[in-house]
Amino acid sequence: MGMMLTIHPEKCTGCRNCELACALEHEGNFRVKASRIHVYAWEREAFSVPMMCQQCKDAACSTVCMPKALTRDTATGLVDYDAAKCIGCKMCVQACQFGNIAWDAMSGTVLKCDTCDGDPACARICPTGALEWADEGLAVQPRKKSFATKLKNAFAEAQS
Amino acid sequence: MNGWMGKILRVDLGSGKISTERLDPQLARDYLGARGLGTKIMWDEVDPNVDPLSPANKLIFAPGPFSGTFAPSSGRYDVVTKGPLTGTIAASNSGGSFGAELKFAGWDVVILEGKAAKPSYLWICDDAVELRDASHLWGKDVPTTTEMLYGETSEDAKVACIGPAGEKLVLFASVMNEMQRAAGRTGVGAVMGSKNLKAIAVRGTQGVDVADKDAFVAACGEASRKIKEHPVGGTGLRLYGTDVLVNILNSVGGLPTNNFQTGHFPTADKVGGESLAAKQLQRPRGCFACIISCGRGTKVTNPKYKGEGEGPEYETAWGFGPDCGIDDLDAVTKANYWCNELGLDTISMGGTVACAVEMFSKGIITLKDTEGLDLSPGNAEAMVEAVRLTGVGEGFGKKLALGSWRLASIYGHPELSMTAKKQEMPAYEPRAVQGIGLNYATNNRGGCHVRGYTISPEVLGVPVKFDKDATEGKPELVALFQNLTAAIDSSGACLFTTFGIGADDYAAMLSALTGVAYSGDDFIKCGERVWNLERLWNNRAGFTAADDALPPRMTEEPMPTGPSKGSVSRVKEMMPKYYAVRGWDDAGRPTEEKLAELELA
Repeated sequence: MGMMLTIHPEKCTGCRNCELACALEHEGNFRVKASRIHVYAWEREAFSVPMMCQQCKDAACSTVCMPKALTRDTATGLVDYDAAKCIGCKMCVQACQFGNIAWDAMSGTVLKCDTCDGDPACARICPTGALEWADEGLAVQPRKKSFATKLKNAFAEAQS
Repeated sequence: MNGWMGKILRVDLGSGKISTERLDPQLARDYLGARGLGTKIMWDEVDPNVDPLSPANKLIFAPGPFSGTFAPSSGRYDVVTKGPLTGTIAASNSGGSFGAELKFAGWDVVILEGKAAKPSYLWICDDAVELRDASHLWGKDVPTTTEMLYGETSEDAKVACIGPAGEKLVLFASVMNEMQRAAGRTGVGAVMGSKNLKAIAVRGTQGVDVADKDAFVAACGEASRKIKEHPVGGTGLRLYGTDVLVNILNSVGGLPTNNFQTGHFPTADKVGGESLAAKQLQRPRGCFACIISCGRGTKVTNPKYKGEGEGPEYETAWGFGPDCGIDDLDAVTKANYWCNELGLDTISMGGTVACAVEMFSKGIITLKDTEGLDLSPGNAEAMVEAVRLTGVGEGFGKKLALGSWRLASIYGHPELSMTAKKQEMPAYEPRAVQGIGLNYATNNRGGCHVRGYTISPEVLGVPVKFDKDATEGKPELVALFQNLTAAIDSSGACLFTTFGIGADDYAAMLSALTGVAYSGDDFIKCGERVWNLERLWNNRAGFTAADDALPPRMTEEPMPTGPSKGSVSRVKEMMPKYYAVRGWDDAGRPTEEKLAELELA
């Protein structure tokens, strides 16, 4: 089974440690503009959501990439980026519906999550478990069980 | 530079002139950043006798070297100016992402001078800095202003602004960043309002560089581990927020009640962190780079007090709760929301309403004075309305806007103002906890707990237990905590990291980040330097040893009820020793030897 980076927004405190760890891992300094993960906050509701590449199976970025700098690795399940092949056309940036791939003028490369080669720094530093690097099957189990519990309680209430 | 960005932004609001200056590396080393560097600039550039609300006062926004890095819970910045509430040097500290974003835009310090001719806001996008018209924002509350500025500048901008309270020069108005985080104390928001500056929006695309990446990662990892393993830093604050302290302080008789008339409130639990978690908490929140998550994302569904946002913190729940004789958590949280939206310091607001409630209960003020507001103890609706009126500058709110010392003085009873240097004391009874009283009395910005938080050892037993009723060893303890905190504030770290780490840990992170070698003692010495410079400023502004005092109630009236019944503050006994420990003369002035030792001579 493959691994996936799972987001649990209800656990996110908005601290942005993930952005910092990502920037340091990839850029060697704390330039969060170049981070591959970004946290969006709704301050009125005190709610935050981290956003990063979902490693789509049918990835629009890869489809539109003429020089094949973005390709899907079937073994790892990741969309890989080869900077050497990239011509900087930015078609991928425009194609991604999630906005999860960006152009970085400073480095002249595309910014996209590479899961730190299977050990994502963002998930490692996340202080609350809002980001989880987990087996693709196990990743959804807590959520599934949590919803199942709600259903169970609803049934119990209806029958009482 | 590593850690620092190396640049200072100076904006003359009067002429609109914007200039860039280099950050002197020596100053950065000696004063670190934030509170320290801001104070040094004030010392060098502003006459301490300046009218705080005049154009001659300056307003400084400064993050610290840690801000913008993943040093744990370290994204903070300070607003430094002369405070209108106290007349002292004022540095008010806030979290969120604003301080880090200033660093990403390339700035260690932003100095605002003069006064804009019309309402304005400053838009900083890296090196592109622009003073823009803010006429359309004037009068708007904090969330509306913030959202409008996202639209006008960038969705990714961070916004620090004032609400109507700052515009109307409420003497304890706050500066709010990202809607929910406050540079609350001493009235820095009123200084911003006096300059016709509604907001600063900032967006940065640069990075903070690290001198020794591996050493920094290791030092931060070690610090994080210690904080996470600590029962307060790692667990308690996330579960219950700072409001967990309500029951702890009440249990030792140190929870100021009814304007400090006593230190125990029988139904305090109703406004404590456990009740908050059960009734209103949506989720814990963290500031930039935070691993502690003490912030409270909350929601009140009760139609009378409906709202959502962040808070309350312990001091807020106490100020609008037990200090006003109130145990209605929904009302308390609503008062907090009003403070955030209108831009008010919750501690001084709570303390000022509490003072008015006591005067009302004693017949010193009547319904005629309050313009119909029934400020009887325990009247939660009236308390909430008093807060709103203060923020919008209407009715009796115009008098509350002066703070409790000036309010009580109008009616001839300054002794009923529970303040030190005219700033409201926070939620720890000096009669019940001796060290904290000495800290209030000697604090460079008056009644304030976060610059010498001796509650850790005196009540929580962190890092070691001190007898809260003893006076022995307290002058040394207070001075050490004040020095350490001044360094922590100046570094950009959050005070709550002390629930886990100490001077050596900060020094290790700072050395690796900046490439400048600091020992734990060097770090504390930076703090001592800042403390003494603040003291020099205050002395020059006319403060003397006579101002190092608590309200007479604390020293003369024994605590009437609760677990600390019978106790008084012995702050006067401790003062000579405190001055001696500090290396100050009998009049509370730093000696030449001390100044030479700190390179301040």
